[in-house]
Amino acid sequence: MEKIFQKLSLISASLVFVILVGIFITLFNAAKPAIDEFGFNFITDPAWNKEVPLNGELSAQTSQEDVISDEEDMADDDEFIADEDEEDMMLEDEDEVETKTIYGGLVPIVGTLLTTLIALVFALPIAMGIAVFLAEIAPKNIAYPIGIAIELLAAIPSIIFGMWGLYYFAPIVADLVGGYQVSLLTAGLVLGIMILPFMAAITRDSMNTTPDVLKESAYAMGATKFEVIKDIIFPFSKVGIIGSIILALGRALGETMAVAFLIGSIFVLPEAINDPTISIPVAMANNFGEASGLGESALFYLAFILFLISFAVITFAKFYFLKGKK
Amino acid sequence: MRLIVNKVVLGLSVLSALIGLAFLGWILVTLFIKGLSSFHFSLFVNDLIDGGLRNLIVGQFILAGIAAVIGIPIGMVAGIYIREYGNGKYANIIRNLSDIMMSAPSIVIGAFVYAIIVVPTGGTSGFAGAIALAVMMLPIVINTTDNMLSLVPKELREAGIALGASKYKVILDIVIKAAKVGIMTGILLAFARIIGETAPLLFTSETSNYFTLDLTQSFPSLTVSIYDLANEPEESSRDLAWAASFILTVLVLFINLTGRFITRNKKR
Repeated sequence: MEKIFQKLSLISASLVFVILVGIFITLFNAAKPAIDEFGFNFITDPAWNKEVPLNGELSAQTSQEDVISDEEDMADDDEFIADEDEEDMMLEDEDEVETKTIYGGLVPIVGTLLTTLIALVFALPIAMGIAVFLAEIAPKNIAYPIGIAIELLAAIPSIIFGMWGLYYFAPIVADLVGGYQVSLLTAGLVLGIMILPFMAAITRDSMNTTPDVLKESAYAMGATKFEVIKDIIFPFSKVGIIGSIILALGRALGETMAVAFLIGSIFVLPEAINDPTISIPVAMANNFGEASGLGESALFYLAFILFLISFAVITFAKFYFLKGKK
Repeated sequence: MRLIVNKVVLGLSVLSALIGLAFLGWILVTLFIKGLSSFHFSLFVNDLIDGGLRNLIVGQFILAGIAAVIGIPIGMVAGIYIREYGNGKYANIIRNLSDIMMSAPSIVIGAFVYAIIVVPTGGTSGFAGAIALAVMMLPIVINTTDNMLSLVPKELREAGIALGASKYKVILDIVIKAAKVGIMTGILLAFARIIGETAPLLFTSETSNYFTLDLTQSFPSLTVSIYDLANEPEESSRDLAWAASFILTVLVLFINLTGRFITRNKKR
């Protein structure tokens, strides 16, 4: 019986390993067609679901013909109609035989990184402020309920942040900044608001690990509260705080629902901060259902990239910053 | 000068705390106003096809429930291994991997389950959705069990062994009992987290307008339906989405508070 239980527990624990390796292999396998097809160019290619001629020569030919037909259009209206028909037929032919659809991941990758960056820039100072407030400024009987409230807010499902953002927050931001309601900026800000409670709560926890003796000796030397925070608490809990920030970053990278409502979901590189674009999780959420073949494989390729990024970020955080925690 | 800097910085900190709380309060107030104005008790009686939410709420509970039935025992036993049986390296590796898995993007887990279950079985199913949620839940349960078992004093284990009990008896009858409250809280929090998940369900269980208990078909899911409804142009759909969000939030917060309440009672 003892042996059985021990084996059982070993198997359960190893399941974690199996699942993680399973995710890695499955995603890689499913992405294989796209990886074979596009290789590493996938990461730098901004085109998504775009039809291109199969080889270079052909594309030169068609473009020439296009130019010619354009000129003829100008010359004669009657011929224009005929020409158009001809062209259409030609295009159809190409669809069937000589074109292929290419997928590039640049737009969602850039979208993911930029929304995360905006979210961090926005959330970081506020989260630090809240953490300092809770850990050092507020009296216990205020800090406790506010602390609980913030932890509860971290538990609110992300889809609710997305809905609120779309219908209440985005119109105001668009009024203030101009541009579209669905954009990189609004998606990033709502993402920032979403990770705010999480970040504040874990930063506060790191700050609270500072021994009172250190703080008290600084106060005894005549330091102000700010000096204690700056010179004692931050250096002492620096490692934990950076680790917390990276964990929040990992969460922001993979967030789907809060961003899905707000980013606009179009495969176009944003030129300004208030342009709509798309991120990896949103590309998956919106296109997975209809995708098949190479398109689906390309989405798996994106998922694979996202998995690798978040794996790397979290491993980095764990080994460099949260090492001594357990 | 130092005192002025001190005042300014502390003022900024309080201000940022107020800004943060204002945003979060804004969300909750909106949710309650919109949610309550669209809320009606008939929502619990009708299915989505008749403008209600009954099938979705039941469906979400079934999905999360099955995930819990799969995830909790495996997670607990795995947590026991890490803390009680594991020797050094391997247990540590598993612990780290489990933490990494906890932070894996939920949509990626959805894609994983899609590839291993939905594709081979030929379509979305409640079963696949429950598996995806179970995969989400597993590392959280492992982490909690691991942490809570570490709080049990070593002397308890030694006393059990000294009485001649075998190790698994000591673990199941003494150690787990001592850590019971903490583990239960952790499990409640984990349940609250997965019941609000949308991304892993999008292409595993999808959602359904009808009431069904058949786990081999697309399964009604509250969160996925909120996403669909909120994106519809009609005002009535969006109101329904708000009502559903309201119910979901109240549910999640209720489970969360229950968990906290249990621990607080124990601490006293």
